[in-house]
Amino acid sequence: MNAVVILFPGSNRERDVANALRRAGGVAPKIVWHGETELPAGTDLVVLPGGFSYGDYLRCGAIAARSPIMDAVRAHAARGGLVLGICNGFQIAVEAGLLPGILTRNANLRFLCHAQHLRVERNDTPFTRRYAEGQTIEVCIAHGEGNYFADEETLKRLEGEGRVAFRYCDANGEVGGAANVNGSINDIAGVYSETFNVLGMMPHPENLVDAAVGGIDGAALFAGLAEAA
Amino acid sequence: MKARVTVTLKTGVLDPQGKAIQGALGSLGVDGVESVRQGKLFDVELATSDPAEAEATLKAMCEKLLANTVIESYRFEIAG
Repeated sequence: MNAVVILFPGSNRERDVANALRRAGGVAPKIVWHGETELPAGTDLVVLPGGFSYGDYLRCGAIAARSPIMDAVRAHAARGGLVLGICNGFQIAVEAGLLPGILTRNANLRFLCHAQHLRVERNDTPFTRRYAEGQTIEVCIAHGEGNYFADEETLKRLEGEGRVAFRYCDANGEVGGAANVNGSINDIAGVYSETFNVLGMMPHPENLVDAAVGGIDGAALFAGLAEAA
Repeated sequence: MKARVTVTLKTGVLDPQGKAIQGALGSLGVDGVESVRQGKLFDVELATSDPAEAEATLKAMCEKLLANTVIESYRFEIAG
């Protein structure tokens, strides 16, 4: 798999995701600066990593989404290429028009940084093929603006087309209530594009790929991508 | 010419920051505040002196960057 991680000023999870990709696929991804206008030939997967691009100025991800490289990322996605946006990368993806909706301030106004359970909604995508449908996984979250919002019509479409990737849940897989930590509409933690080749998610699977740091539930996402691409 | 752009949350979009500000006002003894909605304000200087051109530029900047029209609406005034 030829993976590329885009580096924006203020990204800070690019090494974590590069490590997760290398562990899964055996090859380190290329790191591409946001000021470039083309992706390396043969790119299979583009990752928009977490962090605080441009210090979250204006709106989270808003400035990064207008970076020169993003035209190439949009073209890659339009060709059916895989794109994974994690945390700030998810915020960048919605601001860039790669995914619908927007991430707003957590309902309780707190920066949330802890382990978090998610329910895997479907396993027939390149991102979730190594999980079981309905499986509960434990990853972690670290965000102040992860409160997913979309208008009623968009939400109806997302749900109708099965485009919710993950929902916040408790350890028993129960969705809703206190398990919805940031107030996201319909407990949404991640969404797919119309053609399921773009995934945006607030939680960090890349930080749970090594038993030495508390769990490996994120590893299957990268293993699945390594197989798929 | 100078212009002022105001970006506000659309009606119905939750504003937890506005709610927190409203709560803080209450605890400061500022009573009778029924609602607070937080927004953004941009003072912009444009090279053009043609109002029609300025309006087109302002609309473009709002649509492309200053507002996310999923949850925000915008308005602008040209000060001349």
